[in-house]
Amino acid sequence: MATVYTSSIIDAPAPRVWEALRDFNALPAWHPIVEDSRIEGHAASDQVGCIRAFRLSDGGFIRERLLALSDYDYCCVYAILESPMGVEDYIATLKLTPITDGDRTFAEWSAEFECDPNREAELVEQIGQAVFQAGFDALKQRFGG
Amino acid sequence: MAAEVVTVSRSTVIDAPLDAVWGVVRDFNDHDQWHPVVRTSYIENFLKADQVGAVRNFLLTGGERVREKLLTLSDREHSFRYTIVDADVPLQNYVAQVSLKPVTDGDRTFWSWSSKFQTPPGLEQEMAKLVAEGVYEAGFDAVRQRVQRTRQATQSTAVHDDSITAQPGSSMLITRFGGPEVFRSDKYSAPAPGPGQVRIRQHAVGVNFIDVYCRTGYFRALNPPAVPGLEAAGEIIDVGEGVTHLESGQRVGYACLPFGAYVSVRTMDAALVIPLPDGIDNITAAGGLLKGITADFLLHQVSPVSAGETVLVYAPAGGVGSLLCQWSNHLGATVIGATSNPEKIQPAREAGAHHVITPGKSSLVEQVLELTDGHGADVIFDAVGRDSFAQSVAALAERGHLVSYGQASGDIGVWDIGSLASKSATISRPNYAHYTDTREKVSAIAERLFKAIEQRIVRINVNHRFALEQAEEAHRLLQTGQTTGSTVLVCDHPV
Repeated sequence: MATVYTSSIIDAPAPRVWEALRDFNALPAWHPIVEDSRIEGHAASDQVGCIRAFRLSDGGFIRERLLALSDYDYCCVYAILESPMGVEDYIATLKLTPITDGDRTFAEWSAEFECDPNREAELVEQIGQAVFQAGFDALKQRFGG
Repeated sequence: MAAEVVTVSRSTVIDAPLDAVWGVVRDFNDHDQWHPVVRTSYIENFLKADQVGAVRNFLLTGGERVREKLLTLSDREHSFRYTIVDADVPLQNYVAQVSLKPVTDGDRTFWSWSSKFQTPPGLEQEMAKLVAEGVYEAGFDAVRQRVQRTRQATQSTAVHDDSITAQPGSSMLITRFGGPEVFRSDKYSAPAPGPGQVRIRQHAVGVNFIDVYCRTGYFRALNPPAVPGLEAAGEIIDVGEGVTHLESGQRVGYACLPFGAYVSVRTMDAALVIPLPDGIDNITAAGGLLKGITADFLLHQVSPVSAGETVLVYAPAGGVGSLLCQWSNHLGATVIGATSNPEKIQPAREAGAHHVITPGKSSLVEQVLELTDGHGADVIFDAVGRDSFAQSVAALAERGHLVSYGQASGDIGVWDIGSLASKSATISRPNYAHYTDTREKVSAIAERLFKAIEQRIVRINVNHRFALEQAEEAHRLLQTGQTTGSTVLVCDHPV
């Protein structure tokens, strides 16, 4: 089992950051490597169990299912159903926690998955940096952090 | 009407790596060292600060007492929970959680501190403010200052190292708590000596069991990566401003805090180092100072031993035990060694024990009474601790003195001193630092010790030598109990 953990500080209150993130169909609006996204089968984007299908700027196609969504914990959990990355049993968690000191947000994005052991280090680096940290960098820029 | 449950949650970001922050907040007994509202703290019943269930007893700066019990501790989650057992402040059913998480973006630390409690109606806001601001936020600020101060200190040393005055060398540091494999060789530079300091080219470094405790984390004395070691000998490279009693080229040794002796060059406070006479070589000094100083103050200050007395020494073939046997014998005492290892009988006799007792048909107490015609031992030197304490008290003579100077088998626990009245017994629990914390104290001890070595009253047997880079092997050997006498690491200095 490979694990990736990336965390950052966003200089905006957690409820505001959560507004941008909670929409499971909103990746193109804030993540720089996502071109377009749609929710399959006319489900709502906050319906637990819904599937988002999106295209990356490099052409990659990914489908992910929403497993859990919590407006109370500012947290969402999802699984990859289909991707070009070569990962199995991939489950990721994106979670926000308020920082009372300065009214900022502690953001954590983590994932667990199985893969070819020879590719593990490369995938951990790629997911941690090109996906998670790149997302945080975009949020920091957007919220002035 | 039941009191409402109040929830308080505060969080912050500390600009230091997770390990540095966890190294400070993890210690359940350390708040008096950093938290502005805690004046003193101790753990009740001699438990360790990281024993789940331990109760810490705070005296706050306002004079209030607070007793808090550790409920959970996780080095994996970097979190702990605790509850107030009783307090002079109106907080009931108080359960708090401290939790750290790494901020990978910038190598910082997210810290949350939260609690739930009840308080009499009308006090909710006041108590919530007290807990949130007076305890949690004040704690954040104090730790932030402490961690960032430490970082600045490290950084300023690093800057110093880059200057032309730094003396390059090497160190053996522990990368984390663990087995002997956590040692790593690293470059190390000793900064030029500041006022009151000397810089030493070290030739030999003493290896002591306390180094193993520091390495495993049993003593939370180091914050890895860190260099262990308390003892070394070598020659002075240069001296700082105001140092008049030492000079360049002079041979010196030391056996004292701070940790950091596993290096080839070191800058130390001049007051802590001891000039070595010609008759004491570097290897002997590095292998004998800590143990010899200990034996000296135990025998001459804690419990002056005189001719005709009976002295019982546990571990009589061990480092300090062997010196206690030799020296007590010289002082004219009858020396009884107590060991559980039959292979140590002969070395104990060679060290000067007149009698060596081992577990057998009769108990240690019966054997001591038999050897002393029912008198008992006048002085007992016991570093075994938990497993020996009761029998040591029982083996004491009337007005006898038990010197408890270690607890290799575990903490001794709580004892009723009333039982000592049956023979007017006395007990000491000496601390090395209190006998060696000034230049005057150390000089007096060193003078007596060096004379005893030169006159062959005591022999320092350095039976195991390794290169500094072989600290891992040295620790492996020491841990298995296969060493006799002292072990030193020898530093290589390319010309």
